[in-house]
Amino acid sequence: MDYFNETIDSLHTKLVNKDITAEELTKDTLQKIHDKETNLNAYVTVNDDAVKDAAKVDADGIKGNLSGIPIAIKDNILTEGLLTTASSKILSNFMPVYNATVTEKLNAAGAINVGKTNLDEFAMGSSTETSYYGTSHNAWDYTKVPGGSSGGSAAAVASGDAIAALGTDTGGSIRQPASFNGIFGIKPTYGRVSRWGVIAFASSLDQVGVMSKRVEDSAEVLSTISGHDVHDSTSSEKEVPDYRANLNKDMHGVKIAVPKEFWDEGTDPKVLEQIDAALDVYKKLGATVEQVSLPTLKHAVEVYYVIASSEASSNLQRYDGVRYGFRAKDVKNIKELFVNSRSEGFGDEVKRRIMLGTFALSAGAYDAYFKKAAEVRTIFINELSDVLSKYNLIAGPVTTTTAFGINEKIDDPVAMYMNDILTIPANLAGLPAASVPAGLADGMPVGLQLMANKFDEQSIFNAAYALQEENKFYEQIPTALKGED
Amino acid sequence: MISKDEILHVAELANLKFKDDEVDSFVDQLDKIVSMASNLSTVDTDGIEPTYHMGDTSTVFRADEGVHTQTREQMLENVPEVQDNLIKVPTIVDKEDDE
Repeated sequence: MDYFNETIDSLHTKLVNKDITAEELTKDTLQKIHDKETNLNAYVTVNDDAVKDAAKVDADGIKGNLSGIPIAIKDNILTEGLLTTASSKILSNFMPVYNATVTEKLNAAGAINVGKTNLDEFAMGSSTETSYYGTSHNAWDYTKVPGGSSGGSAAAVASGDAIAALGTDTGGSIRQPASFNGIFGIKPTYGRVSRWGVIAFASSLDQVGVMSKRVEDSAEVLSTISGHDVHDSTSSEKEVPDYRANLNKDMHGVKIAVPKEFWDEGTDPKVLEQIDAALDVYKKLGATVEQVSLPTLKHAVEVYYVIASSEASSNLQRYDGVRYGFRAKDVKNIKELFVNSRSEGFGDEVKRRIMLGTFALSAGAYDAYFKKAAEVRTIFINELSDVLSKYNLIAGPVTTTTAFGINEKIDDPVAMYMNDILTIPANLAGLPAASVPAGLADGMPVGLQLMANKFDEQSIFNAAYALQEENKFYEQIPTALKGED
Repeated sequence: MISKDEILHVAELANLKFKDDEVDSFVDQLDKIVSMASNLSTVDTDGIEPTYHMGDTSTVFRADEGVHTQTREQMLENVPEVQDNLIKVPTIVDKEDDE
């Protein structure tokens, strides 16, 4: 089974009509995953036991739309009894004893977890190259990165291994890989989805979201995983809309702002060509498109890396080799246990961020770096909310280039960080944002980014759906996969 | 400029250690990253309140009742070394320092 011509709806119909059982669907999916792993390395753990879960769904009967539907889960989201590593050596032996709330909600809906997808270690990276389990590969060109940190989820969906996958987005970790792989990916409003059981990177920025080939499938899954959770006091009590049922592709009267800085940040002209074409589609469909300015955008990367790294340095203090995870051998005392376990257990990128964060929070640097970044964050939030008080959506490219080559940027952290400049704004302000396939540049996918007001995911889904129905990008099979099968 | 001594001090605070050759490359890379972050000083933030968190600022109350969702056995499942149902760690008080 591959998912190029399927939607959750079409699979649901087949399951209800008994054209296929959930067990058969899951077996087929797992076989496909195993066949493609050599080329993609999209998964840290393939959940072969999922066949049993599917058999149980068959026995209980197909109920809701997600019942019996195979979905992949990023490996920084806890799955009870299934290894969860955050792609780090320090958690390489970690077996969760409870589920993340999002996992629990998918299970309750009858979805089948077919495996845990590869990511940059602790979601820190933009290429999946920092994973302890090796890099994943782009489904369009195996010599290129799939993006990150949700690179495994993106590669799995783009290659037809999974109809949908969960990702997490701290600075663009769903949208950038979605863009690089020619799929849809949405990061919802901060607080829309519970973070309980999601391995923390930067608590004021992290959010779980969804990736799929089709907009309607992410809409379905996002409604399922959203909502208030007593375990996460930052999760919102707002009612969860049925995004799928409310999909509406009418763009008349929709006001779209395009920040001129998105065009100025050295963005590849071939990428911009695809974005301009997508904006023309919106104009044709009746939307108004106007240029605006976000002058503080040039500082977004600086603000992000100071804040994200500071929060990470605090969150990652818990990895000390005492209660779980990797423990260093042959240590003389408790201090050495902490230091050796952490030094041997964390990879270079994680150490770099812990070091930057610890520095930014240290006595001499706190005001100049951490507090200053938090103040500039406020200015930036105000700029964005000013634009969104006048417009329904902000649109622009997701990334300045298409997917880059494996090993191309990994030794230059600053160049790698600059890669996230266009996705970071949504996280700093807690806004929902998505990447929608817009077209190809030099044979590689380009994503259009759409941002909306807090809790207005529906406007993003609607606009994404409108573009999808015009360009039908989902009909394109990734280049690297052609000729296989 | 970030000095090697500063890097070693921060590593100490972060409970990390680096091999000698690693320290030099970290000095170089962190220096570039900190230089980038130093651009923030050019932004006028007089009178601007910092944003430290994104959640609702209202306090959340719940009944003061313990909720036990995992057993002791489950809690100990991931512990690297267990003895007599307790987490085992190396010496906390260094005997040589005491004596």
